[in-house]
Amino acid sequence: MRVALFLTCVNDTLYPDTGRAVVRLLNRLGVEVDFPVDQTCCGQAHYNTGYRHGAEPLARHFAEVFEGYEAIVTPSGSCGAMVRELYPRMGERARAEGRGDTLARTLAPVVPRTYELTEFLVDVLGVTDVGASYPHRVTYHPTCHGLRGLGLGDRPRRLLEAVRGLELVELPGAEECCGFGGTFAVKNADVSAAMGADKVRNAESTGAEVLCAADNSCLMHIGGTMSRLRVGMRPVHIAEILASTEEVPAV
Amino acid sequence: MSGTFVGMPAFPEAAHDALADPTLRGNLRHATRTIRAKRARAVAELPDWARLRAAGRRIKDHTLRHLDRYLEQLEEAVTAAGGTVHWAADADEANRIVTGLVRATGESEVVKVKSMATQEIGLNEALEAAGIRAYETDLAELIVQLGGDRPSHILVPAIHRNRGEIREIFAREMGDWGRPAPAGLTDTPADLAEAARLHLREKFLRAKVGISGANFMVAETGTLVVVESEGNGRMCLTLPETLISVVGIEKIVPTWRDLEVFLQTLPRSSTAERMNPYTSTWTGTTDEDGPAAFHLVLLDNGRTDTLADEIGRQALRCIRCSACLNVCPVYERAGGHAYGSVYPGPIGAILSPQLRGTGSEIDASLPYASSLCGACYEVCPVAIDIPEVLVHLRERVVQGGPAVREGNRVVLKPAKRHAAERAAMRAARWALTHPAALRGGQRLASRTRRLHPRTLPGPGRAWSATRDLPPVPAEPFRDWWQRTNGGRDDGK
Ligand code: SF4
Repeated sequence: MRVALFLTCVNDTLYPDTGRAVVRLLNRLGVEVDFPVDQTCCGQAHYNTGYRHGAEPLARHFAEVFEGYEAIVTPSGSCGAMVRELYPRMGERARAEGRGDTLARTLAPVVPRTYELTEFLVDVLGVTDVGASYPHRVTYHPTCHGLRGLGLGDRPRRLLEAVRGLELVELPGAEECCGFGGTFAVKNADVSAAMGADKVRNAESTGAEVLCAADNSCLMHIGGTMSRLRVGMRPVHIAEILASTEEVPAV
Repeated sequence: MSGTFVGMPAFPEAAHDALADPTLRGNLRHATRTIRAKRARAVAELPDWARLRAAGRRIKDHTLRHLDRYLEQLEEAVTAAGGTVHWAADADEANRIVTGLVRATGESEVVKVKSMATQEIGLNEALEAAGIRAYETDLAELIVQLGGDRPSHILVPAIHRNRGEIREIFAREMGDWGRPAPAGLTDTPADLAEAARLHLREKFLRAKVGISGANFMVAETGTLVVVESEGNGRMCLTLPETLISVVGIEKIVPTWRDLEVFLQTLPRSSTAERMNPYTSTWTGTTDEDGPAAFHLVLLDNGRTDTLADEIGRQALRCIRCSACLNVCPVYERAGGHAYGSVYPGPIGAILSPQLRGTGSEIDASLPYASSLCGACYEVCPVAIDIPEVLVHLRERVVQGGPAVREGNRVVLKPAKRHAAERAAMRAARWALTHPAALRGGQRLASRTRRLHPRTLPGPGRAWSATRDLPPVPAEPFRDWWQRTNGGRDDGK
């Protein structure tokens, strides 16, 4: 099977390790990965800030770049939710505005083929034990768009539970938003910071070494707060944990 | 703190002040967490919750689609039952009508059961200007009124107060408004409730005019419905000679059968109770029992304009259960006052900018008072997709666009202060549709990464004031991919 990696602009620019981990993990599971180099951004920041029309060319670009792939895998719950939940809505709105079906027709093929990483592993490949080893105490934060947007459910937890050496500890208030929310973190910085601090305190109370999530944007916010509050925990993307083996452990 | 919301600062500034108040934060945190857990248990008891939620949504949508018809049916039924219906296009008109009705009775005092519609129009202030004193009789409303405060929650308007603060307010203020608080009042709930009971009883027995809102209006019979926990509503509805109910036009349901759905979902969503302790219904007037005169003031105040908006109109399904407030992480930190309206929290963030327009600073900032986490949508018993409406209203704020105002189609201009953001978004869009430009930017960032400060200038300062930025990696992923032939040559 050959899939396209949609890494997302944030990961590409700031978290290349996550991208390398996804490639290593999928290759190990016998999946051939392609990275269409013309990919940029799903348009979520534009869309969620109120620039729907500005997001349309980005969505169209996405559809053109990923056209023809059987599956598109992304290590980001929120970008995955953008494609799956909001692209159809953008198509509908364009139609309602009297601009015809073109946008909806362009976007339609990529929508059902886009999978968040853990969803792809569990639902498409049918694996929960990916042969990983990660001897650390880990707590898991289910990000809002993964949890409520895509409905990832317990998939990430099942994957983590099958990792050798990993001790998974419950995060109090796990389902509460960490306070990132894209431009929310800037527009309502005080509230965002207060939410982030509460998330970090909850994580700290678990005694885990690592806080894991399936979205680097949330991890950037949580990790940045941890660093500022001098909490000795590491934020780690789930892909890096799942890619880690005894032979090639995650750094 | 003043009793009205006029001239509020934008949400972020108001939230900033709330965040700096540790007592307020503690009170809110405690109250919302407790009710949140209880609600989840009460909802989990019903095996058909998902179907009830879908039914509630369907009934409300159907009613809103045929609102004109059902309102006419309601008016006929109310009139036939001996009531009088008044139509109020906006707050001023509603206040004029109610003030006129009270004046006509010759009274200078009224008792009120908690009503959001009358708070929305500022009725108490209007009555006061006309020399009429309005007494709130809902316990939490009484606390807010005596404290010269504003409500901060739909269901528990005094949620931001703790017991000690309430004792303090009662002891200090009750005497000015009627029967003073008993000497030696403690802050136990039983003591506080007893003080309120004695204080209010006097008012109920004296009042000749009662003013209420309603949770529902049943079109087929012209019946109004109030659900409550304290019984004060029942007193206000039955003891006075004249009853005036001020109700938003969206509160209508076609039949009693439809009501059945909401009488299940409302209490569980709001107070986590299986049933409301008091459910009162009233239809027109009845000889020698209850009020001799009944007036229904149907309030528009921006509702038909909201109805004209395809996406925003779902906000009118709201049954004011307040479940979305209790799960909202932003509400929990910012407090209800920051929303600058009687409708705080997620529902307030989508309702106020529709009812009032996005012209003021506070209204233009409300659609951004959310991280779009989706908890409000998940919990809403009538499935209002609040995040969807928030994003839709953000679009209106930054780009303007078509809307209906006072019944006229207009094209709104974008709100002020968004020009720089718009330019940045346009530049970003250009870079993101030109992969080579994005690549260039990433390479530049990587090459200069040692020079990057860990704090940001300009609007980004808000980020780096409380969080550290991640370091920029030596090479973006796409360069690694190309250099190593998709990872195949890595490490060789
Ligand atoms: S929006 Fe939904 S959850 Fe919020 S108060 Fe209204 S009905 Fe309740």
